[in-house]
Amino acid sequence: MIKVNTDDYPWQSGMTVRNLLDEKVFTFRHIIVRVNGEYVPEEEYENHVIQDGDDVIVLHLMAGG
Amino acid sequence: MGAILKEYRYTPAKIERGYSGKSLYINVADLRIEEKEVTDFMKEKFTGGKGFDLWYLWNAVTPQTRWNSPENEIVISVGPLGGITQYSGTGKSLVCSISPLTDIPIDSNAGGYFGPLLKFSGWDAFELQGKAEKELLIFIDGNNGLIEIEEAEEYPDDAHLLAEELTRKYARDEDDMVNVSVVCTGSAAKHGYMGLLNFSFYDPRRKVVRFKQAARGGLGTVLNDKKIKALVVKYKGVTPNLNNAADISTINKVGVKYHKQMHDLDSKQNAMRQIGTANTVMIMSQYDLLPTRNFQTGGDPEVVNISPEVFINEWLTQGLHDGCWYGCTMSCAKCADHFLLTTGPYAGDRVTVDGPEYECVAGLGSNLGIFDPQAILEENFYCDTYGIDLISFATCTAFIMECYQRGQITREQMGGLDLRFGNSDAVLELLHQMSRGEGFGRLAGLGIRNLKKIFVEDFGADPQLLEDIGMEVKGLEYSEYAHKESLAQQGGFAMATKGPQHDEAWLIFMDMVNKQIPTFEDKANALYYFPMFRTWFGLVGLCKLPWNDIVPADNHKTDSPAKVPEHVQNYVDIFNAVTGQQIDKDELILQSERVYQFQRVFSVRMGKGERADDYAPYRSLGPVSREEYLSRQELYDQQLRDLQGLDPENMHLDEKIARTRSYREDQYEQLMDAVYRRRGWTSNGIPTPERLKEIGMDLPELLEVIKPKL
Repeated sequence: MIKVNTDDYPWQSGMTVRNLLDEKVFTFRHIIVRVNGEYVPEEEYENHVIQDGDDVIVLHLMAGG
Repeated sequence: MGAILKEYRYTPAKIERGYSGKSLYINVADLRIEEKEVTDFMKEKFTGGKGFDLWYLWNAVTPQTRWNSPENEIVISVGPLGGITQYSGTGKSLVCSISPLTDIPIDSNAGGYFGPLLKFSGWDAFELQGKAEKELLIFIDGNNGLIEIEEAEEYPDDAHLLAEELTRKYARDEDDMVNVSVVCTGSAAKHGYMGLLNFSFYDPRRKVVRFKQAARGGLGTVLNDKKIKALVVKYKGVTPNLNNAADISTINKVGVKYHKQMHDLDSKQNAMRQIGTANTVMIMSQYDLLPTRNFQTGGDPEVVNISPEVFINEWLTQGLHDGCWYGCTMSCAKCADHFLLTTGPYAGDRVTVDGPEYECVAGLGSNLGIFDPQAILEENFYCDTYGIDLISFATCTAFIMECYQRGQITREQMGGLDLRFGNSDAVLELLHQMSRGEGFGRLAGLGIRNLKKIFVEDFGADPQLLEDIGMEVKGLEYSEYAHKESLAQQGGFAMATKGPQHDEAWLIFMDMVNKQIPTFEDKANALYYFPMFRTWFGLVGLCKLPWNDIVPADNHKTDSPAKVPEHVQNYVDIFNAVTGQQIDKDELILQSERVYQFQRVFSVRMGKGERADDYAPYRSLGPVSREEYLSRQELYDQQLRDLQGLDPENMHLDEKIARTRSYREDQYEQLMDAVYRRRGWTSNGIPTPERLKEIGMDLPELLEVIKPKL
C-alpha cells in the first residue's frame, strides 16, 4: 500500500510514477510530483519506481479558473 | 448622426504614479457633468478599481435603491496599475452597479481598451447616474479634453454592428481605430436581467472590432435602463509610461522576466497562447468537473467533440497576437474568424467570434448537452452581440432543460420550444426570442430565481425540486464548474460576496485532488486567502490569468506553489514601482480585505449578505436525483461507509441519497461556521466591528449598518 495525496492506494511491484498518474487519470499537465518529499522531475516519471509504503504527492497547480 | 445635446470641455489631468486624481461624474437625466477629486482617503481605503467603484456606488444609493432606480450608478474604473504595457494582463476595466439579478452590488470586469484609455483621458473612474429620456451616446475625447452627449436613437442595438459603426465614426482613419473603445450592450438587454457590457478594442490584424465582456450580474440591463446606447472613449498616444511610474526600470525588469517565462513555458503548461482558457475543457471532464446537463454530472464521452484540439485545429485562428491590451504576451483572447452564421437575423453573414472561452464551451456546450463546436460558436456570437451574459444564460437554460426533462414544465408552456438537452436549434431560437423580447425568451431572461417562482406559481412545478436544481445563489447563476466533491469550492461559490462566480476562489484541485486542505480550518484559511488575494486584481486593474495560468519553472520548490509566490512578489514590486508606495505581500492582502469586507457590509446594507443568503442549492453539494447517485454509486457508497459508518448494501437508494444529503448539508454548515470565524464575521455572516477596526475600516457609516445586526 502507498499513500497518494494522503489517501491509501494499492501498490504494485514495478509501478512507476507514470503508471500511477495513468491509473489515477491525473491528466492535468501542470502538476508537481513528490515521492517521500523528494521532487520528481517530469523526465523521470517513466523510470522512477515507486516502492511499497511510499508517500506520493501529486500537486495539481490550478488555483485559478 | 444625432444632435449633440451637451458639450463639456476639461483639462485632462496628468497621471502621477498610476492615478489621475480625478473622476468623472455624468448624470444622464439632466446632462450634468462634474469632475471629482480622488482623495487620499479613497486611495488608502479602497486603492482603486473596484474599490473606487464600490465607494462611489455606496454614496450614490440608499438601502431602498434597486437596479432600475434613477440613483443607481454604473461605475467604471481601471485601477492604478491599469494601462502599463510592460506586464501581461494590465488592461482590465472594473464595473460595479446594483444588479437586477441580485439587488446587491455586482462587480464584473473586462479586458479591451476602454479602462486604460479612460484613465489616459484623465479619469480614474467614471460614474454614470440617472435615466435619460431618450437613447444617448457619451463620447470622451481624451486628447482634446472634450465630452459630448449625443442623441443615439438611430444606431443599431446589437454590439457587433454598433461598435463597428461608432469606432469608424470617431476614428479619423483606419490607423486611428485602435484609439477608440466602445462600451455597449445589445438588443436582449432591453428585455431581460442578464444583459452584459461589451468592451471593444480594434484588432488591426483582422481589421475588426472585437470585444471582451463585463458580463456578470446584468450590467447591460442597467445601461439600457438608463437609455445609454454606448460610452465611447478615444485617446491617441499610448506609450509605455503614461502612468508616470515612480520606478519604471523595476517595471521593465519584472516584465521582461515574466515574458520570458511565458515564451519558454506556456506550451508546456496551459497552452494559453493556442486556445486560451478553453484549454481545460477535457481536463475538467476527466476530473469529473465539467458541468453536464445542468450540473447533474461532471463529464461526458462526447466532450471529445468540443475538445481544445477541435477548436485549435478546425476553428480558431492560430499564430496571431491575441492580447486584449498592449503588452500582454499571454495572448489568450482567441477567436474564430470568418465564421458563417446559420440562424437569426444575421444568418449568412461571416463574422469574427471572440472566444470560445472555457465558460462558453462548458456552459453553452456540455451543460446544455450540446457537443457541437459550430453550435457553441454561434451561441457564443449571439450572446455577445445581443448583450447576454452567457454564463447566466447557460446555467439558466440548463435549469429550464432539466425542468422540462423532469416534467415540471411543458413544451406548450415554453411556447413550443423543444428545450431538451442537446437541442442547439431550440437554444439558438431562445436567444433570438430574448433579443426580440418575445415568447418564452422574455421569461428566460429573468434568470433562475425569478423562473423558479413563475414555474411554481404559474406552472405548478415542485418547489423543493426547483430549489435543489436551480443553480443560483443570491439570484446570480453559477459559473461553469461541477464541484459536488469539493466542500471548499461549494463554499467558494455560495459564500462569494456577489454570488456564485469563481473569481473569488477556485479551490477544487487543492481540496478534492491534492487533499491539501482537509480540515474545516484549512478550507476556511483557503477561503480567506484566495478571495482576499484575488480581490486585489480588481483593485489595481489587472487580469487574474497571468498570476497562475503560467508559473515559474522552479515554482515547485516554494512552500506554497498554489499561491505562485514569485508572481505575487511581481505584483508587490509592480505596485510599489508604479505608486511609489512600499507595500509587502501582507499589505497587499490588507488592501484587498478592506474592500472585500466593505462589499460584504454593502450587501448587508442592501438587504442581503447574511447567513441565509450564503446557502447553496443542493445540486451544488451532492446528488439530487437517483440518476446522479447511480452515476457515481461506488464513490457515494464508499463515503457512506467511510464517513458515516453505514452499510449501503442494506440501504434503499432513496435512503442512501437522504443520508448523503443530511451529512453533506451538515458539513456545509460547519464550513460556514469556520469561514465566518476566519473572515471575522458573526455566526450570521456579519463583519464584526472588531474586525473592521483591525483593518482600518471601522468607518461610521459601516458601523451604522452592522450595529443592528450584531
